[in-house]
Amino acid sequence: MSGQPYRLPANVGSGTTGRILDRSRRIAFSFDGKSLSGHPGDTVASALFANGIRLVGRSFKYHRPRGVIGSGADEPNALISVGESGRHEPNQRATQVELYDGLVSKSQNNWPNLKFDIGQINSKFSRLIPAGFYYKTFMWPQSAWMFYEHFIRNAAGLGTAASEPDPDTYEHMHATCDVLVVGGGVAGLAAAQSAAAAGARVMVVDECARLGGLADSSSGLIESSPQTEWVQSTVSTLAAAENVHLMTRTIAAGHYHHNWCLLLERVTDHDPSLAIQGAPRHRLWKVRANQIVMATGALERPLTFANNDRPGVLLASAARIYVNRYGVSPGRRGVVFTNNDDAYQTALDLTRAGVPLARVVDVRTDPRGELVEEARAAGIEVVTGMAVTNVDTVAAGAKIQSVKVAPYKAGSRIGGREERIECDFVAVSGGWNPAVHLYCHTSGKVKFDEDLQSFKPDRSFDQITPVGAANGTYDLDGLISEASNTGAAVAKKAVGSKVKRSKSDRPLASSPKAGKLEPVWFVPATGALNEGNKHFVDFQNDVTAADLELAAREGYRSVEHIKRYTTLGMATDQGKTSNINALGVLTGALQSAIPQIGTTTFRPPYTPISFGAIAGTNAGNRFLVVRRTPPYEWHCENRADFEPIGQWRRPYCYPKPGDSRHDAINREILSVRNEVGLLDASTLGKIELKGPDAAKLLDRVYTNTFSTLKVGKGRYGLMLNEEGFLMDDGVTVRLADDHFLMHTTSGGADRIAGWLEEWLQTEWSDLKVYVTPVTEQWAQFAIAGPNARNVLENLDGDIDFSADSFEFMSMKVGRLTGYPVRAFRISFSGELSYEIATPSNFGHSLWLALLEAGENHGIQAYGTEALHVLRAEKGFIVVGDESDGTVTPLDLGLGWAVSKKKDDYIGKRSLERAYLAAPKRKQLVGLLTQDPQEVLPDGAYAVAELKDKPPMEMIGQVTSAYWSPTVGRSIAMALIKDGRNRLGDVVDFPLDNGKVVKATIVDPVFYDKEGAKQNV
Amino acid sequence: MKRYSIFSLARNAANYHKDWGPVWRSPEPKAEYDAVIVGAGGHGLATAYYLAKNHNMTNIAVLEKGWLGGGNTGRNTTIIRSNYLQDESMAIYELARSLYENLSQELNYNVMFSPRGVLMLCQTEHELRAFKRTSHANRLAGTEARMIDRAEVKRLCPIINDRDDCRYPILGAYYQPRGGTARHDAIAWGYARGADAMGVDIIQNCEVVGIDQNAGRITGVRTSRGEIKTTKLAVVVAGSTTQLMDMAGVRMPIESVSLQALVSEPIKPVIDVVVMANTVHGYMSQSDKGELVIGGGADPYNNFSQRGSFPAVEHTVTALVETFPIISRLRMLRQWGGTVDMTGDRSPIISMTDIGGLFVNCGWGTGGFKAIPGSGWAFADTIANDRPHPIAAPFSLNRYMIGHSIDESVAAAVAH
Ligand SMILES: Cc1cc2nc3c(=O)[nH]c(=O)nc-3n(C[C@H](O)[C@H](O)[C@H](O)COP(=O)(O)OP(=O)(O)OC[C@H]3O[C@@H](n4cnc5c(N)ncnc54)[C@H](O)[C@@H]3O)c2cc1C
Repeated sequence: MSGQPYRLPANVGSGTTGRILDRSRRIAFSFDGKSLSGHPGDTVASALFANGIRLVGRSFKYHRPRGVIGSGADEPNALISVGESGRHEPNQRATQVELYDGLVSKSQNNWPNLKFDIGQINSKFSRLIPAGFYYKTFMWPQSAWMFYEHFIRNAAGLGTAASEPDPDTYEHMHATCDVLVVGGGVAGLAAAQSAAAAGARVMVVDECARLGGLADSSSGLIESSPQTEWVQSTVSTLAAAENVHLMTRTIAAGHYHHNWCLLLERVTDHDPSLAIQGAPRHRLWKVRANQIVMATGALERPLTFANNDRPGVLLASAARIYVNRYGVSPGRRGVVFTNNDDAYQTALDLTRAGVPLARVVDVRTDPRGELVEEARAAGIEVVTGMAVTNVDTVAAGAKIQSVKVAPYKAGSRIGGREERIECDFVAVSGGWNPAVHLYCHTSGKVKFDEDLQSFKPDRSFDQITPVGAANGTYDLDGLISEASNTGAAVAKKAVGSKVKRSKSDRPLASSPKAGKLEPVWFVPATGALNEGNKHFVDFQNDVTAADLELAAREGYRSVEHIKRYTTLGMATDQGKTSNINALGVLTGALQSAIPQIGTTTFRPPYTPISFGAIAGTNAGNRFLVVRRTPPYEWHCENRADFEPIGQWRRPYCYPKPGDSRHDAINREILSVRNEVGLLDASTLGKIELKGPDAAKLLDRVYTNTFSTLKVGKGRYGLMLNEEGFLMDDGVTVRLADDHFLMHTTSGGADRIAGWLEEWLQTEWSDLKVYVTPVTEQWAQFAIAGPNARNVLENLDGDIDFSADSFEFMSMKVGRLTGYPVRAFRISFSGELSYEIATPSNFGHSLWLALLEAGENHGIQAYGTEALHVLRAEKGFIVVGDESDGTVTPLDLGLGWAVSKKKDDYIGKRSLERAYLAAPKRKQLVGLLTQDPQEVLPDGAYAVAELKDKPPMEMIGQVTSAYWSPTVGRSIAMALIKDGRNRLGDVVDFPLDNGKVVKATIVDPVFYDKEGAKQNV
Repeated sequence: MKRYSIFSLARNAANYHKDWGPVWRSPEPKAEYDAVIVGAGGHGLATAYYLAKNHNMTNIAVLEKGWLGGGNTGRNTTIIRSNYLQDESMAIYELARSLYENLSQELNYNVMFSPRGVLMLCQTEHELRAFKRTSHANRLAGTEARMIDRAEVKRLCPIINDRDDCRYPILGAYYQPRGGTARHDAIAWGYARGADAMGVDIIQNCEVVGIDQNAGRITGVRTSRGEIKTTKLAVVVAGSTTQLMDMAGVRMPIESVSLQALVSEPIKPVIDVVVMANTVHGYMSQSDKGELVIGGGADPYNNFSQRGSFPAVEHTVTALVETFPIISRLRMLRQWGGTVDMTGDRSPIISMTDIGGLFVNCGWGTGGFKAIPGSGWAFADTIANDRPHPIAAPFSLNRYMIGHSIDESVAAAVAH
């Protein structure tokens, strides 16, 4: 096979290699610009192996050459970037990237190129830069840190981010199920099978493209046949079952409270043409499972010896997976290095496939498991009581030439005869760690297991049950029976009495009896200068055994301190291959046992998930979906200049061609003052309160009294928080004895509805009243100006708008040009004014009808800015402008709206506190600048005394400031200390341009003080 | 204490760093101390440091139930700024920020204070007005910060979505050039090392389970490692405040909620400044390791779990994908939570209490990392002299009695 020198023939001896490959087809891809080929079924990692490429990346800190270590999610080294421009994605594990035609991949973290990387120089300085070195230096001179940091930042980071926005889409799915099985290996499938047979709705998810887990690469038979046969038949049964949903390429990313599970399905990553056709790239599934079966398997751990990071050192399981699954040889001649029986399966599989093996090096003095015997019988050379102590390399560390092997005894220095064995790869196994991550996300506890020399699940408050290797059960028959029983048991829990009795037809399995594992946490190098060699524990973050020891020596003794000081386990693999080995190394350094040292916290996600998927479809134009009022289209057609208010978009003003904003606003204001204006006030918060206690509730949440309000009348109310500060205001009208309509500020609508509910649900559960937010059910328009009544009378209807019949602060229900309406006579502009509400569906038509009716009366639509100026001219406050969470009604001069008679209301007690009742608080006043043309900036502060430079004592601030076309000059409202006693005083506002604006304190009502205009 | 420098590093390299001693001791608790601080977070450790350094009180202990720095101090997103709205806040945060400027030198421990600039985006007219107000107040108080326009925002942060037609177009930002970030662990470790060197006992794995008092005065604490006598007890335990103060019979105006943060996988630098987008509820910076450091609003229910729920993360990430479109294909590496101690006015409590010798420092909520040096400074002074330090005085518990709130929720929905 030209071009793929390490590809093994499909049929070797009695078996096959490359089980999942489609060798009839070739796929072209590139790595660092080089054109290569592979087959369907390959991952980038297997294809690189096939092409003889071992050097895949550079390490984070020392820029050491690195190759592939694993075969899946645990891969720490082989991180590559895939894709171009907007589809460029960094930091992908080559072991999980499925090959597709035209795939463009690149190595990372090197310059100018992977083979010759300048950063390697860090290796030369490595003695100067041990763990945490940066805490000890870069401190001189004081200002220089950012200079050093600049270089550190550029050197850090792995791949690069895309330069263009992401062209792909993402979506969210929601699901529930009785049993969620995480992991589709033998244990997961067995559990799913029995749960499904019991009648449960089952979801099975697996991160790989195919189900079966390690069935194709582990020892043992099911029903006397290869495990893959059982997998195949089980998968087809499950796939056909109506109550089972199988999902591949899907990780269970996180487990949250109450068995809520987050899944990420990679839909198009293996074939981007699907995305181009419109499929979402990722789907984020939110699944509430009654029961979770955690069958996440186990992760193999490497061994810690000198230069164990060289390309060519890989996990024993990975070595046989590359052979069995992908038909590639990890090298020309290998050595297996182990402390347990499982790696013998690698030796056997490799030998069967014709991959030359120099030796199995076993640290145990007398291994006697069945696989060991089988290997010996197959003629594989096994040396025991020995360890690999170092590797020799050529090509600047990128290629292994040989390993050193020496007699090994736990806890003592390497001594005795050292042998050199020629090889170009080393398959290592230090044992297996149950993948307990998911179990721990909601604080499930793990315990240390002496046999496994690892942690396994212990107890959890959630309905999550571990089975199989994830539970530390590695023996095949035991694992199947555990999984089968669990599947049935949790199904019964989930479906209760509806459980189907199915006779247990769990398959029988057999697997070679394994011997005991011997923990090996650190293999010293031979020779005097053991320290000169690097024993890597965390490959990706370049954390060595010496780093861990240094941390411990320096007093960073908590495992969390060690993690943070050395960065152990903080890389993109989150320590999947390194955590337990690190604890092992630390047993020596801390003179403590692993269970006492403990683990760091497992946090979601299991493997990283894309931000795009988290955002789902809620990005772009669906981000915080725009809330539109009924006449929205009319606003657009009429050149409304919109402003966002919460999620709403409201017209700020309606500039005519050639108008500036300023022109438009002034025109709109004057039209209200002189003729009539029309405002879309639909965003105004509307909450209906209904029930016998509605009035009582209102009396408690407002400072004034509503129980005395007559039906058909409205009253302005102030709402305080418990601290006594103003939080909302508005007019509430009584629709019936037990029925009120509350108006809130636009911004407060949702918050106030929540606030009322909170009180009702937590404190006043005895009150009989329903709170129903109806803001969006109603369109509401203000018709304001001297001609307002004429406009309304121009329309057909059954409401009498005359002054006598329709008093100020009252409401009527009726019809207007055929539309059902609620009409209110209220005014926020100081003019004669009505607000007309109609169900939203009619909003647009009524708006048009009002405009038409007003045409001869000079009607004009006005926006929020005109609204603000109009109310400021009248001295009306806006909550959020004049108040800011520190302001009481008395500060605002609204004491008249605060009942002195009521026993209680929210905030009453607080208002009586000394500081709030004190005389010289900041009080609302008006301001007139000495230069009438000068408009004070919003938020400008007045000072007690002008000084050359800050600090200056501040005595208050501008809350609103406008040019008032009505008054023909600038006006402002402000909160000034003791302001009401200082009317007539001139105060100074020093601005940022050095200018000082002088303004006179005045009453805050600038227009129609008597209120004559609104009472006509 | 061994001094750190490039030279000591080089000297030790010769011997493969075998001669570095412990950064702090692991002492057994003594029977009695002049003062006991509960909680070895940043605030507790800084308090101990300044008690020893500024007030010569070295016969003191810091008791920590877990590992020092393991609370919110080791979980936060490290934003440092002082452009708060209210006078009292400006004073303490600016004291802290200015102490950060040379903290590495002071502690001889590189805390990596990096004044890379903090941008608070304005995305609605209302927000723009609010920040303008803050900017006026800050300027007159002498705090350096300024309003900038969209073009300058884009220049400082090229990956930001500056389109006119996006959901919340950027109207400008409030920018504090000398705000930034620091390395959170290093703050705890640096203060711990400094305090330890002056003789302070930092006792880890020592949980306070009871507070003893007699005739209205503190007499000692009961801990998982025995009883310890003292007449001055300072409680600095953030999210656990209500539980601790309950042991002394003091009810606190504090609610504990989960605040989450998350990081992306490390990538080469894409963002130099810290960007906070309050309208959409998300903020982001990039660590020296290359991770995007991301946070947002708190989970909306009270709990002590140090974990959060996914909806809060989803909300934040969605906001940031909108704000920084190129992050869509990057990935979330890790999410976590801390239990933050929220007060009604979103300002801290640094206070004496009605019980003689009992002091409390808490309520920093979502934003107390930036305050650590200033808080420690003022609190130490309060403890040593049995009266409030002038900068701490407005933050006394009494303010809730008289109604003198220092409301910072006015200025920013979530104050980080
Ligand atoms: C996700 C997140 C992001 C944040 N982002 C920012 C930010 O960007 N900028 C910012 O300024 N602030 C931020 N904060 C807030 C900041 O982290 C905190 O305000 C600050 O760290 C609090 O420090 P502390 O020393 O008071 O508390 P902690 O660091 O929490 O320390 C309290 C200590 O008390 C110990 N303790 C508790 N009970 C006991 C007991 N019974 N006995 C003994 N010891 C006990 C705890 O174990 C803990 O170590 C953030 C917080 C979180 C959670």
